[in-house]
Amino acid sequence: MSAYNFAFLDEQTKRMIRRAILKAVAIPGYQVPFGSREMPLSYGWGTGGVQVTASVIGPDDVLKVIDQGADDTTNAVSIRRFFVKTTGVRTTTRTDQATLIQTRHRIPETPLAEGQIVVFQVPIPEPLRWLEPRETETRKMHALEEYGVMHVRLYEDITRHGHVETAYDYPVLVNGRYIMRPSPIPKFDNPKLDRNPALLLFGAGREKRIYAVPPFTSVRSLDFEDHPFTIERWDQTCALCGAADVFMDEIVVDDKGGRMFVCSDTDFCERRRGR
Amino acid sequence: MYVAVKGGERAIANAHRLLAEDRRGDPSVPELSLDQIDKQLALAVDRVMIEGSLYDRELAALAIKQARGDLIEAIFLARAYRTTLPRFGATRPIDTASMAIRRRVSATFKDVPGGQILGATFDYTHRLLDFDLIGGQRNRATSPDEPAPDGGDVAPGGDLAAPGGELAALGGRLPRVIDILDRDGLIESEEPDSDRRAVGDLTREPLDFPAGRDVRLQSLARADEGFVLALGYATQRGYGRNHPFAGEIRVGEVELELRPEELGFPITIGEITVTECQMVNQFKGSAAAPPQFTRGYGLVFGHAERKAMTMALVDRALRCRELGETPASLAQDEEFVLYHGDNVEASGFVQHLKLPHHVDFQSELVLIRTLRAEAEVRAR
Repeated sequence: MSAYNFAFLDEQTKRMIRRAILKAVAIPGYQVPFGSREMPLSYGWGTGGVQVTASVIGPDDVLKVIDQGADDTTNAVSIRRFFVKTTGVRTTTRTDQATLIQTRHRIPETPLAEGQIVVFQVPIPEPLRWLEPRETETRKMHALEEYGVMHVRLYEDITRHGHVETAYDYPVLVNGRYIMRPSPIPKFDNPKLDRNPALLLFGAGREKRIYAVPPFTSVRSLDFEDHPFTIERWDQTCALCGAADVFMDEIVVDDKGGRMFVCSDTDFCERRRGR
Repeated sequence: MYVAVKGGERAIANAHRLLAEDRRGDPSVPELSLDQIDKQLALAVDRVMIEGSLYDRELAALAIKQARGDLIEAIFLARAYRTTLPRFGATRPIDTASMAIRRRVSATFKDVPGGQILGATFDYTHRLLDFDLIGGQRNRATSPDEPAPDGGDVAPGGDLAAPGGELAALGGRLPRVIDILDRDGLIESEEPDSDRRAVGDLTREPLDFPAGRDVRLQSLARADEGFVLALGYATQRGYGRNHPFAGEIRVGEVELELRPEELGFPITIGEITVTECQMVNQFKGSAAAPPQFTRGYGLVFGHAERKAMTMALVDRALRCRELGETPASLAQDEEFVLYHGDNVEASGFVQHLKLPHHVDFQSELVLIRTLRAEAEVRAR
């Protein structure tokens, strides 16, 4: 891979992306437009996350890549191989040993620590997008903190269904100022965003936006006093390690409606079994 | 007992191997050479260069070969290579009036200075499958349904000579038809931007709205041909109608000039083939401006008239605000057009639905089960 720079991107591009990241960290939850590059990986496969990771990764980093909580899903394997090929860094499946974690759709069950960076892959960064398709409008709404429509939407969900009809990518308020999409993590993971000691970076390649939640920043899932935010619960425990209070994958085991539930976080599950 | 989608590592390696086998196909059939693709599928190469924003016939041919003829996949390969290339500088604006013309037609005048030059075109062919091509190995300059004119064969590209003496009389330049209207003040005049002003580049800077015309045109040139074609067609059917006439379409070679800072004067660094379309559109006039024709512009690499024409239609549609027209259709909606025309972005996002989404789906399952359980209780 000598024809390519360390971590694929040229140094000027990395600097441009780092400037965007610094701005994102300075204004938690604010979407910073950046000159997203065309990556050798398809849009929707994590081009934003890959660019953020490529811009912050160094030779001493230890990288973990997960998709749906698992280290061995095909896209996680493919992205991990991309970075091994272009950087030669060490990789791990262990959450506590990684300095840099790129993820799609989950936050690991193992608590994150100070000094760690988590990079989220973001398909649609704009939390107001389904309420207003125009970028020119939504940027204005953020600038003026005009978030009434979002609260009305949540309210209407509750009056119609008794619940907010959003199970993942559940909107949050960051640092009391910006409404943000946490990327399509299940709302089960939302509480982990609040005052997390790790630096959380979000990259949207196709939409050309970067945003961030700096360590120990307040992140509140939107709710009402009489309808507090709740997360998913399962009656079962993990069929492999017996864990409760974790996010479960539901595995269809036969064609007669048989099901089993296992931890979505494969590293967490394996380590519990190894103990 | 529990076997989920594991072993991604080996699955990917096997998939890549199978793909390579499928790409090559039956090994008893001779392998395609890049030269064959370049010379015999030249218009496919042009499309990959246009939408890949990379003028390199050999790389485009390679991309087509590697992508098994899937042009959007080939465009993606070209783009992902282009993104790694360093920028040495920007050329000076090309001068299409001094183009070495291969083809040039105007629909607005019966004859124009320099003449109408038909060149190589599908336009007047009868779309009958030419079964003679099955056998291959035939060198013919005439179309299947027409005998060669008297006086022997016409050499390929023989039309090039057509403007001959007349072109010399015009000082080697073939003035643009639209400039004739411009001289009489019948069409809005267009002033070139200063050489010093940096041209926008949406592959380096994120889109911002309202986008400049430079960025809009770049976006349309890179946009999926089918997408732009449908939008342009829609304007003709009343969705953002702008009364177009094909003022001129010209295809040929233009020189590229670069002015290196250390030299201080421009030098020619090469030649590219381009297709340019100038649309002439009606404009009723407003309180501030008298009735006048307006312009829509299309310019693409290679020979691609359909793309250049429809690009010009959509360019004109997107100028509605600037001309004081009320936008009423999708083709006039800048955010819609610029955000959705890129086929590499679109195809990626549509196809990412193939990636596992079982975590989000599980969340939805939990929610829908809760809602249904509650509905059941209520029904009792």
